[in-house]
Amino acid sequence: MSAPAIDPVRTTSPKPTARRSGKDRRTTPARFDTALGWNDKPGAAWTLRILLCAIALGIFAAPFLAILSGAFTRNASGSSLSFLPHDSTLLNFTVAGERGIWDYFSNSLVIAGGGLLLQLAVCTLAAYALARHRFRGQALVLTLFMLTMMLPEEVIAIPLSLVLGDVPVVHLDLKGTVWGVILPLGAWGFSVMMLTEFMKDIPDEIEEAARLDGVGELRMLWQIVLPLCKPALGVAGVLGFIMIWDQYLLPLIAAKDPTDYTVTVALSVLRTDPEVGSGVVLAGAVIALVPSLIVYLLLQRSLVTGIAAGATKG
Amino acid sequence: MTATVTTPAARGAFKARKVFNKKALVPWLFLAPGLLLALVFKFWPMAKGVWLSFFDVRPFLGDRWTGLDNYTRVLTDHRFQDAIGHTLVLGIGQSLGAIFLGFVLALLLEGQARSLKIVRTAVFLPAVTATAVVGELWRLMYYPTSDGLINSGLNFFGIGPVQFLDNPDLALWSTMAMGIWIWAPYNMVIIMAGLAGVDRSLYEAAAMDGVSLWQRLRYVTLPAIRPALGIVLTLAAIRGLRVFTEVYVLTGGGPAGSTEVWMTRAYTLGFTRNDIGGASAASVVLLCVTLLLTVTVNYFRKRGDVR
Repeated sequence: MSAPAIDPVRTTSPKPTARRSGKDRRTTPARFDTALGWNDKPGAAWTLRILLCAIALGIFAAPFLAILSGAFTRNASGSSLSFLPHDSTLLNFTVAGERGIWDYFSNSLVIAGGGLLLQLAVCTLAAYALARHRFRGQALVLTLFMLTMMLPEEVIAIPLSLVLGDVPVVHLDLKGTVWGVILPLGAWGFSVMMLTEFMKDIPDEIEEAARLDGVGELRMLWQIVLPLCKPALGVAGVLGFIMIWDQYLLPLIAAKDPTDYTVTVALSVLRTDPEVGSGVVLAGAVIALVPSLIVYLLLQRSLVTGIAAGATKG
Repeated sequence: MTATVTTPAARGAFKARKVFNKKALVPWLFLAPGLLLALVFKFWPMAKGVWLSFFDVRPFLGDRWTGLDNYTRVLTDHRFQDAIGHTLVLGIGQSLGAIFLGFVLALLLEGQARSLKIVRTAVFLPAVTATAVVGELWRLMYYPTSDGLINSGLNFFGIGPVQFLDNPDLALWSTMAMGIWIWAPYNMVIIMAGLAGVDRSLYEAAAMDGVSLWQRLRYVTLPAIRPALGIVLTLAAIRGLRVFTEVYVLTGGGPAGSTEVWMTRAYTLGFTRNDIGGASAASVVLLCVTLLLTVTVNYFRKRGDVR
């Protein structure tokens, strides 16, 4: 795919048309920049677009306001959900804290942090070998990593839970430890594919020059290849974090008892607790939401680029 | 080194081979962690699942070979048959709905104005939010009394309180609506990437030929984003088959099994009924269908690309 396809944010063609004056070439989008021919000039189409955007925001973003306001509302319940908190309070968070939400949250943080570190390390190493070396069995290894993408946790959940209880050969019981969640997330085909593609584009001359200087394999990876891969690592990091944070089934089957749950799984524990109201569940939802939200808002550009790049390379 | 006298040439060859061997080992050292983890936590469980699917699994008593019994049991069980139906309805409805809505969103939010970027950022939120959180959110929005969030909106139009999740006839559609909500923004991003690749001069040419907006979409935009649509469709189909968390969190398969999908059924069988063999057989069936679907879609996509 060509470069503009990977960047959905820049949706206009860089080629200016002859009819446009030099002044508005950059600032105002022209009639032919979008499929529907939207333009910036106030008018019927412009009003319609604003209206439709408002509807889209109402459908896709407003529910998040409802979570937030519910979490800060005293005695919030499903029947009193609104977009603005009334009778605002921090009580829901206090109660959620008493129910151990911060323990769940720290479980989540350890798993997300550790899982992401392991995933990035493992996938970088594999991608380096696949991109910068030629060896027998390369195609097979590539296929194996592709297959890991086609083997969703859901499908192997039952045998995986048995394996987690008794890891083959070493006979370790990983259930109830964070390793039960972290280790299965280590080899992520998507990151391997994407990093491999990216590392392949590093010019051979750079590598050859480094080799002449006597640079070994590890230093080559750490000091030459990795710094050049920062954008790809960013994408792998953001997508990996969101993916790990979203895990539900894996933490569920890797847990020995509910105290091992991650915050996303623990929401169902809160919900089924008859002594807490919806407000507390929503407080928990806000707590579970914040980290992925922060990562998204900070790095949304690489996330969006990554989804598009991953899809077009598919 | 052996005691035999070696000619310089032979010594060189020996040295070269040694260096070669060392070099050949390097990539495998780098691959080892990934391959090991994939082997232990992906491929071994898969093989084990296939193996167990032929057994009556009895903890402490030893497994008993039963051949294809688990498969016939699972495939003839009417609750599993219902679950197949629900999985297909949910998967197809959710995929098509999310693709259509994603396309509409992409058309609407295409452009580079700053305000559009902010709208896009906000609209994409459902796709980055953990599914479990989304499930809790929607449970509350679907609150069945007239002052529930969605019901109060419907109330405005004079439609009485709807029992979104408690009505067996509606629960599956309510689940589908949530699925569309989650995946439409995701599809939007991919389709937008496709839209960005459309040659702008084609729009201009179409305008000069005086074609209608509909014709422009039909004959210029759609063909250009066909690859993007193909990818979106593949991803959606696979996602639809293995749908679990959405349903498990939102309805748990209820009411009265009306939202039970293949994976929630397998999960119940395996983890609450301890029928590991049956659950494994169900998973293997799903795995085969997923692989078959992936291969088929890829085949057609490749053929489409060549054409």
